[in-house]
Amino acid sequence: MAAPKKGRRQSAPGKPGRSLVFILIALVALTGGMFLSGHTTPRLGIDLAGGTSITLEAKNEPGQKNAINPTNMNTAVDIINNRVNGLGVSEAEVQTQGDKNIIVNIPKGTNEKQAREQVGTTAQLFFRPVITQAPGEPTPQPSDSASTGADKDKGKKDEKDKATDKATSPTSTPTSQGRAVSDALKDAPTPPASDKDKDGKKDPTPSADPATAKLQEKFTKLDCTDKKARVAAGQGVKPSEPTVACGKSPDGKTWDKFVLGPAEVNGKDVGKAQATINQNSGAWVVNMTFTKGGSKKFAKVTSKLSQQQPPQNQFAIVLDGDVVSAPSVNTTLSANAEISGSFDQESAKDLANVLSYGALPLTFHEQSVTTVSPALGGEQLKAGLIAGAIGLALVIIYLVVYYRGLSLIAIASLLVSAALTYAIMTLLGPTIKFALNLPAVCGAIVAIGITADSFIVFFERVRDEVREGRTLRPAVERAWPRARRTILVSDFVSFLAAAVLFVVTVGKVQGFAFTLGLTTLLDVVVVFFFTKPLMTLMARKKFFANGHKWSGLDPKRLGAKPPLRRSRTASAPVDPKEA
Amino acid sequence: MSKLGNLGARLYRGEVGYDFVGKRKIWYAVSILITITAIVGLAVRGLNMGIEFEGGAVFNTPKTSASVAKAEESAEKASGHDAIVQKLGDDKLRIQIAGVDIKKSDQIKKSLAADLDVKAEDIDADLVGPSWGEQIANKAWQGLAIFMVLVVIYLAIAFEWRMAIAALIALIHDITITVGVYALVGFEVTPGTVIGLLTILGYSLYDTVVVFDSLKEQSKDITKQTRQTYSELANKSINGTLVRSINTTVVALLPVAGLLFIGGGVLGAGMLNDISLSLFVGLAAGAYSSIFIATPLVADFKEREPQMKALKKRVLAKRAAAAAKGESAEAPEREADEADDVEDGPDDAAPAVVGPRTQPASRNRGRGRPSGKRR
Repeated sequence: MAAPKKGRRQSAPGKPGRSLVFILIALVALTGGMFLSGHTTPRLGIDLAGGTSITLEAKNEPGQKNAINPTNMNTAVDIINNRVNGLGVSEAEVQTQGDKNIIVNIPKGTNEKQAREQVGTTAQLFFRPVITQAPGEPTPQPSDSASTGADKDKGKKDEKDKATDKATSPTSTPTSQGRAVSDALKDAPTPPASDKDKDGKKDPTPSADPATAKLQEKFTKLDCTDKKARVAAGQGVKPSEPTVACGKSPDGKTWDKFVLGPAEVNGKDVGKAQATINQNSGAWVVNMTFTKGGSKKFAKVTSKLSQQQPPQNQFAIVLDGDVVSAPSVNTTLSANAEISGSFDQESAKDLANVLSYGALPLTFHEQSVTTVSPALGGEQLKAGLIAGAIGLALVIIYLVVYYRGLSLIAIASLLVSAALTYAIMTLLGPTIKFALNLPAVCGAIVAIGITADSFIVFFERVRDEVREGRTLRPAVERAWPRARRTILVSDFVSFLAAAVLFVVTVGKVQGFAFTLGLTTLLDVVVVFFFTKPLMTLMARKKFFANGHKWSGLDPKRLGAKPPLRRSRTASAPVDPKEA
Repeated sequence: MSKLGNLGARLYRGEVGYDFVGKRKIWYAVSILITITAIVGLAVRGLNMGIEFEGGAVFNTPKTSASVAKAEESAEKASGHDAIVQKLGDDKLRIQIAGVDIKKSDQIKKSLAADLDVKAEDIDADLVGPSWGEQIANKAWQGLAIFMVLVVIYLAIAFEWRMAIAALIALIHDITITVGVYALVGFEVTPGTVIGLLTILGYSLYDTVVVFDSLKEQSKDITKQTRQTYSELANKSINGTLVRSINTTVVALLPVAGLLFIGGGVLGAGMLNDISLSLFVGLAAGAYSSIFIATPLVADFKEREPQMKALKKRVLAKRAAAAAKGESAEAPEREADEADDVEDGPDDAAPAVVGPRTQPASRNRGRGRPSGKRR
C-alpha cells in the first residue's frame, strides 16, 4: 500500500507541467489539423444549414419476412444514394440509422419535391426488350431517325402481339449494335444454343401513332452523356409503356441509349441472383433464378426474343430508368439463366446485387420530412449560441462569486474544454460525417454544466482539506484522489447514459447523445490533464498558498481548524474557542 | 460569500445541518404525494403529445404581415384539419396542423405561401408520420430500460446493491415527477422532451452518485466505532456534500435556464425549448431526490442489516450511558469532532492518500503557526 501511494503522490505533483504541455500540444495539433483539413467550422446538420431531411422506415413486404437486414438496408442506401445524387445534387447524404431507418439529408438549394419523389418510392427493376440501341449522343441524322422510328413501331407492335408471340424483325440495325451486345443471356445449365434469327418477317406498318413519334423524338434528342438528361429520360414512365433509357456500354466508359419495349418481367420475379465463375469459360457470370411466375413470363419472352436479330434479341435490365445491362438472348430460357459478358468480379457482383435487391424486398415509408430554410436554421443556431454564451457567462459569474480566485482555474478549464470540443466536432465532420444539429448544440450547452460539476467536486474537496487545517499543497494532493474517484464514477454514469442513447435511439436523439458522450469524455480528459496540473501549479503560488482572501481558499473564510495535528487531544481545547 | 463558506465549513463538520435522514418519513410522504399527483395528472389529463407523435405538420413562416386568424383560416382550408397558429417573436408564425399526412404538405405549403404572401421555399416545414414519434418513444423506452439495468449493475459493483436500488428508485421518482409536471401543466411532448427526459438519467444519477461516494467513503469503518449509527453518518454525508450539491445543481441549471428563457424566448417554441424545459424540471427533481430520497433510502436499507442494527444498539447504549453521566448536553458537539477522527481513519488507510502524520514537514509547518491567530 505504502509504495504505490507514495509513488503516485510524488510523481503527480512533481510534473504538472508535463500534462499541461501535453494538453497544449493536443490542442494545437487539433487546431492545426482543423486548419490543415480546411474545415474550420463544424459541419452543420440540415436543421441548421437549411435543407431537407427525410426519414424513411423500411417495412416488410408481405410474404417477405426478415427482409429487413443489414444487407438489404445497405443496398437500399446505395440505390437511394444513386437516385438522390443522380438529381445532380451534390453532398446529399443517405445513411442508415438504427435497424430499419434510412435518413436522407438533402442540402438547401435542391428540388425538394423531386428529391422526395425519388426517395419515397421503391427501386424499380424491369426487364424490357430492346427495340433500338444507339450511342449515347444525340443522333440528328434523318436517315438514322427514320430507321429507329421503324424499330419503334415494331416495338409497339411487339407489345400488341405479345400474346400471339409473333416474331417481328427490325427494319434496320443501328450502327453501334455490335458494341453493346457483348453481354449474353443464356440458359445456365445448358451450353449456348445458337438458335436465333428467324429474321425476315418485316413489320410493314409504320404507324403514325403520335406517342411513338414523341418517343422517337425523345430518343433522337437524348444525350446520355448528360446526367440530368439521363435522369429525366427514365422519369414518370409506366412499366407498361415503351420508353427511352440510357445505359453504360459494356466497356463502362461510354453511354448507349435505348428504345425499350414495355416491361415484360419485373424485379419481383427474380428469386435470386448470384455472381459466380463459369466452370467452362472461367469468366465471371451472373446466375439468376426466377420465381415460379417469373419463370413462365421469362420463358415466354426469351423464346420470342431469341428469334430476333440484334439488337432486338437483347433484354435490357432497367433499374430506376437506367439500363444496367442488356444481354442478348440466344435461346428460350425459363427458371434459371446465366448472364455472361465482360464481367469482372466486382461488376458481376454489382449486377447480381441489382437483380437480387433492385426491386427491394423492402418498401419505405416516409416517417418525417423536415425542410428548413437556411435563414431560420441560421437563426436557430444563433439563438442556440447566444443561449450557450449566456449560460456560460452565468456559470462563470457564479463561479467567480463563489470561488473567487479558484474560478480562474475553472474558467481556464472550461475554455480548454470548449476549444477541444469545437476542434473535435469540426474534425469529426469530414471524418465520420458528424453534423452539428440543433439537439447537438443543446447537448454541448448542457455539457457546460457537466464539465463545471467536476471542478466543483474537486474544489469542494480541496476546500474540505483546507478546512481540516492543511496547507494548500498537501490539501490539493490529498483532495485529488478522492475527487478523482467521484468524478470518474459520476462521469461514467453520464457516459453510460449517452452511450446507451446513442446505440439505441435514432434521429435527433442520437446527435444529442453523441455530443453528450463526447463532452463527458473530454471532461475527464480536461480535469485530469489540465485542471489538476494547473491546480498543482497554482498551489505553489503565494496568492493561493497563503490563502489570499480573494483566492477562494482563504482558510479563515473556509472556517479551517488550526493546523494542528487533528486528534481528540488537539480538538478538545480548540472547541470552546470555536464555539 | 464568506458566510456561505462558513456555512459550508460548519456543514462539513456537522456543526449545523438538517436532519434529512431523521425526517425522511416526511420527505417520503412528500415524494409519494407528488408521485401520486403526477400519476393522477397523467391518468386524468394525459400528456399533450406534439404532432411528432400524432402525425402532422408544423410550418414556420418567415416574417409576415398576415394575421393569426388569416393564417388559421388558410391552413384549415388547405388541409381540412384544425390548425393551431401561434405568433412567434418578430411577426413570424408557427402553424401546426394535426392529422395531415406527408403527401399533402406541399399543397398546404403552397396555399399558405400564397395566402400569407411569403415565398414557399422560405416556409420551414416539419412533417411527421404518425408512427415516427412512436418509434422514437419506443426507442427511448428501450434505451431507458437498458440504461437502468446497466446502471444498476454498475452501481451494485462500484458501491453496493442497496445504493443501486436506492438510486434506481430516485431515478424513477425523477422521471415520474417530470412526466407528471408535463401532464399537469400541459406542456407539449415532443422528441425534444424525450431527449431532455433521457438526459435527466445521467444527471440525476450524477448527483446521487456524488453523495453515495462520500457516504461510501465515510462508512468504510463504521462498525469499528460506536459514536454514530449509519443513518447519522448518512445524514452527515448529505450535509457535508450539500454545498457541492447546491453548487452543482445551480451550475447545471444556469445553462439550461439560459437555453430555456433566452434561446426559447428568441425563437418561441422549438427544439431548444423542449429540451431545456424537460431538463429544467428534471434537474430540479434530480437534485431534490438525491438529497431527500436516495440517501435516506440507503440508510433505511442499511439499517436493516444485522450488523448495522447491532451498531445502532451499541451507539444508543453508549449514549444512554453518557447521558447517565450527565454529559448529554455536550454530546452532540463532541460527537461531531469525534466523527472527524473516525473519518480520518479510513483516509489514512486509503491508497493514494497519505495522512499528514507521515509528512513531518507540513505538520511542523502547521505547528509552527500560532493556532490562535489563524482563527
